[in-house]
Amino acid sequence: MTFTHDIVIVGAGGAGLMAALYAREGGADVAVVSKLHPLRSHTGAAQGGIGAALGNEEEDHWLWHAFDTTKGSDYLGDQDAIEILCQDAPRTIIELEHYGVPFSRTKEGKIAQRRFGGHTRNFGEAPVRRACYAADRTGHMILHTLYEQCVKQNVNFYDEFQVLDLVMNEDGACVGCVAYEILTGEVHTFHSKITCFATGGYGRAFKTTSNAHAGTGDGFSMVLRAGIPLQDMEFVQFHPTGLYRLGILITEGARGEGGILRNSDGERFMERYAPTVKDLAPRDMVSQCIYKEIREGRGIKGRDHVVLDMTHVGKDVLEHKLPEISTFSRVYLGIDPVKQPIPVAPTCHYAMGGIPTNVDGQVVRGTDNTNPDDFVDGFYACGECGCVSVHGANRLGTNSLLDLVVIGRRTGMAMARAINEGKTLHPMVDNPEKRTRELLDDLLSRDKGEPTVAVRTDLQESMMKNVSVFRNEDTLSEAMADLATFRQRARNVVVQDKGKRFNTDLMDAVEIGFMVDYAEAIAGSARHRTESRGAHLREDFPKRNDDEWLRHTLFFSDGNGTIEMGDKPVTITRFQPKERKY
Amino acid sequence: MATTTAPAPTTTTNGAKPVDGPTMTVTVKVQRFNPEVDDKPRWESFQVPTDPMDRALDLLHYIKWHLDGSLAFRKSCAHGICGSDAMKINGENKLACSILLHDLGTKDGGTVTFEPLPAAPVVKDLVIDQSKFFAKYRAIMPWLINSTPAPEKERFQSPEQHAIIEDATKCIMCGACTHSCPSTWADPDYLGPAAMLKAFRYVFDSRDTESEERLKVVDSKDGLWKCYTIFNCVQACPKEIDITRWLSALKRKSVTARL
Repeated sequence: MTFTHDIVIVGAGGAGLMAALYAREGGADVAVVSKLHPLRSHTGAAQGGIGAALGNEEEDHWLWHAFDTTKGSDYLGDQDAIEILCQDAPRTIIELEHYGVPFSRTKEGKIAQRRFGGHTRNFGEAPVRRACYAADRTGHMILHTLYEQCVKQNVNFYDEFQVLDLVMNEDGACVGCVAYEILTGEVHTFHSKITCFATGGYGRAFKTTSNAHAGTGDGFSMVLRAGIPLQDMEFVQFHPTGLYRLGILITEGARGEGGILRNSDGERFMERYAPTVKDLAPRDMVSQCIYKEIREGRGIKGRDHVVLDMTHVGKDVLEHKLPEISTFSRVYLGIDPVKQPIPVAPTCHYAMGGIPTNVDGQVVRGTDNTNPDDFVDGFYACGECGCVSVHGANRLGTNSLLDLVVIGRRTGMAMARAINEGKTLHPMVDNPEKRTRELLDDLLSRDKGEPTVAVRTDLQESMMKNVSVFRNEDTLSEAMADLATFRQRARNVVVQDKGKRFNTDLMDAVEIGFMVDYAEAIAGSARHRTESRGAHLREDFPKRNDDEWLRHTLFFSDGNGTIEMGDKPVTITRFQPKERKY
Repeated sequence: MATTTAPAPTTTTNGAKPVDGPTMTVTVKVQRFNPEVDDKPRWESFQVPTDPMDRALDLLHYIKWHLDGSLAFRKSCAHGICGSDAMKINGENKLACSILLHDLGTKDGGTVTFEPLPAAPVVKDLVIDQSKFFAKYRAIMPWLINSTPAPEKERFQSPEQHAIIEDATKCIMCGACTHSCPSTWADPDYLGPAAMLKAFRYVFDSRDTESEERLKVVDSKDGLWKCYTIFNCVQACPKEIDITRWLSALKRKSVTARL
């Protein structure tokens, strides 16, 4: 079937729903297509808070927030975009509150705020209470509230429709996308004036991740296959505190409420690395420090983890401000954080890089975010899959939810504006489903081959071993060589389920193909950047090199192993790059 | 390098002894049903290597990835926040990702059974059709209504006012409660605990000004009065929400509203 709408948004997490809501309020006919029911989206797993200089608990200013975000980004964030992010933050949070988000409250009834990594007062003096929170369920509350508002506004939802291809016409404009209906096994075309990707992150390419099983990064690869580059893909955030072995997120809010990281000597080791903010240093630093401790033999009992000590914080704070993580510790490790420290290790958490866009979510193919000639007509992106870039080489905690809602909101408004200004529906191309049908038929045709899980496990292990926190030329070359073989193997996996109904076996097989393409973008971009910056730590190039590398990376691929690198300037407005100390 | 191959911590409070790799084998019985080929549901058994610290979901993954790719179930976050994988495990509605074999009391050679949530059409195997469940949710108008002009700042809400609804806002809409309720089993049109808990969450939100409309929906023949305080919902809720208590508060409120 062909479904036609003004705007088709792919992905129903915070960014997709925010964009849908504002586009709908702008009068457009909006559809949201998601491989999950919207309430299952991974935004719901965000815990600790959303950053905004509301100043509800102590003095704060958007400019301090912008400085912290820029410094946190290791000066790779575009400062014009960061200014918008931080200036728009307070009013966007207020709008969320008006929509009904049940934030935790101060005694006066205002939105409560707490400390988070890298967020400081007065340009780095000391931690500041900037993270607005709803206990440690902030993402859950935002996701549910936004979905409810979209239901109220009659947004069209296509739940459990998995988008598998982006449809471009011969002029390079996006005219829609192709989706597989999981319930029925039918392939459908979505024909739209505007397509917007809000397809989330890619954590599942790594062995240890906080990300949901759905976080397979499909959107990144569809974009590459459409001839559009990906930006800054080498910057992968490892969150310092994943539950040991499981990778389940333990919010940075735990350290915001006073939690302390300790090594096998019981030492508060972050004091040595970041004397001013200690455990509240940004995530790239803390993850790197944890691995340094482990490498130097100070992992707990010789193992590859440290502990997060909350025992001094008290039962009351854990029960009321951090109830979810307390439950996770009890359920999954049998550890009561009131009495025992929690074993933690870094876990793959967030994609700083992604689909290059400007501050209105317009996808930019070229290098100039303000020049319409450089835009991809009819194609927008926002949320984790997008790269504005407000996070540069390292995102601060609480800035992800903020990015979703601020850039999602702006994207929704911009799309509605384009529709209202008369944007037309390009004709659909001939046979838009051809590539998808061929892919599915091929996967279903084989009776022999290796199972998808074998390729996926090997890919996740190679990425973890070679492209996680520490990298060098050897590990990255090894990853690239591995990925070339994984590409061949991914094309020859066998799908056991030949039926049409709820065939997730088939979708798993499609996803491993996507995984190879964007994993190559991560490893290839990482090999290209011969410096260390933010979350990208090259052991063979340990210093930041602003002369050569204060620029964004663009990665192009033909999907067959032929890759090309490009670059894009970084916008600097107020804050000149300085050495990063905390 | 950054790998996670070392054994897990050895000190746990629940007595389980986590180790690397499988330490036992269990029989997993799954109710299978594919309307494309089956006339009626059937049981299938699998032998699965596992460990007491594994999640019930891990058993299903093992089957899907290594034994039978056609097994259908929903899952996503795998740590109890997305609400995808509510199903009947050993006869009780649970989230497959939030219950360990240790908690189920499963020993080496033991059996774990999986069935879809009851009182809903089965799409395939453990996947149910939730369209009716979400239609009920939509019926109670699950959004904040406040007809007063929006202030420049947040609408104030005291911590005490917030505390009234906080427990209810934890709901992840997994459906474990509604599908555990005998009233739902008897009457498919019964709104059920999940939808009415959502109604409670808004009626009792100090910022909501239009509770009357919502109360009319729940104060109906398929609404609140078919809640006989059986507490199955409370038992089933993976987020440990005191659902019956909040529905009782909603009952009192709707009686008061009628006066």
